[in-house]
Amino acid sequence: MFHQILSLFLTFMKIGGFTFGGGYAMIPLMEREAAEKRHWIQSSDLLDIVAVAESTPGPIAINAATLIGYRVAGVLGAVAATLGVVFPSFVILFGLSFVLSQFGSLRAVRYAFFGVRAGVLTLMLKALFSMYKKVPKNALGYCLIALSFIAVTVFHFEVIGVLLFCAVAGLCVTLIRRQKENPHDPS
Amino acid sequence: MILLELFLTFLKIGAFTFGGGYAMLPLIQQEVSAHGWMDKTALVDFLAISESTPGPFAVNAATYIGTTVGGLPGAVCATLGVVLPSFVIMLILAKIFSSFCQKQAVKGVMCGLRPAVVGLIASAVLSVGQSALLPSGISFSVLLSLPFWISLLIFLIMSLLIFLKKVHPIMVIVLSAGLGLIAGYAFNLPT
Repeated sequence: MFHQILSLFLTFMKIGGFTFGGGYAMIPLMEREAAEKRHWIQSSDLLDIVAVAESTPGPIAINAATLIGYRVAGVLGAVAATLGVVFPSFVILFGLSFVLSQFGSLRAVRYAFFGVRAGVLTLMLKALFSMYKKVPKNALGYCLIALSFIAVTVFHFEVIGVLLFCAVAGLCVTLIRRQKENPHDPS
Repeated sequence: MILLELFLTFLKIGAFTFGGGYAMLPLIQQEVSAHGWMDKTALVDFLAISESTPGPFAVNAATYIGTTVGGLPGAVCATLGVVLPSFVIMLILAKIFSSFCQKQAVKGVMCGLRPAVVGLIASAVLSVGQSALLPSGISFSVLLSLPFWISLLIFLIMSLLIFLKKVHPIMVIVLSAGLGLIAGYAFNLPT
């Protein structure tokens, strides 16, 4: 039992420590470590896990770690895996914040960030396009994209309110559409 | 109580993180600037740091902002806060998990959230674009300023690399930092 919890912590520490650029980058690594090496899950489970992680709040890395940890060793396993996946970024960012407060005002660092800002803009455009591809191309999709963009950018509405509104709108439209398709379906 | 405030703010951010780090930039921006913890440009710089260090953006932001605001206890409180909602939700879902995605209601909610996330990323693009290209606002004098043209050039080069050559994001960060350094010293830009 203890051995298993330690191994969950260490494996997810490794996954957390080598995931650059967000949750999706982690999936191949998780497949190798959690499925192929340790056989905690099947490779095909991973697709389900990603689907659940996407449709629940929170970073995908955390969701996946909690879920796999729980499956392997219950609540303690979930704690171990989640702490493991967070640990590397915690240590790195904690250290980095001191480095930056020391050297952040150096001329060289300022110039580097000046360049990096333009580079980050490119990465965000890329993310924008790949997320856009996942949106169903219908009136609802286009309306909600425009609405959330305008609400946050022009009117400075609370992001959380906008998210809740869009979730409810999506739910209502989907249920109504379903009712029209098969009116006798109780669900 | 600053520690409690950090914990609760990042709890809120963790509970509403959908669609990855970039989509959450507007949310983190709103929350963090409401508390005066970090200004807009610093947050964009931090985005670059987060992209070149391992871990999810929300967790990185929590640790970093927690440290700068409240030291080690601040970092622990903020990070626990951002992790807790997904941890609890996943524990609850773990038992019913495979039927969860098939639920019509979940699909419906996702139908609404996916477009919202795209709108939020677009909003983040605009705000980062402004601090990268037009830090002092839109005016005609921008067309005469050297930093504007250099930023635009770096942006175009990186766009070519990432859209046509599929260069790794970390490579983009490293290259654009290098170009910024070279241009900064070569033209003796103001800092």
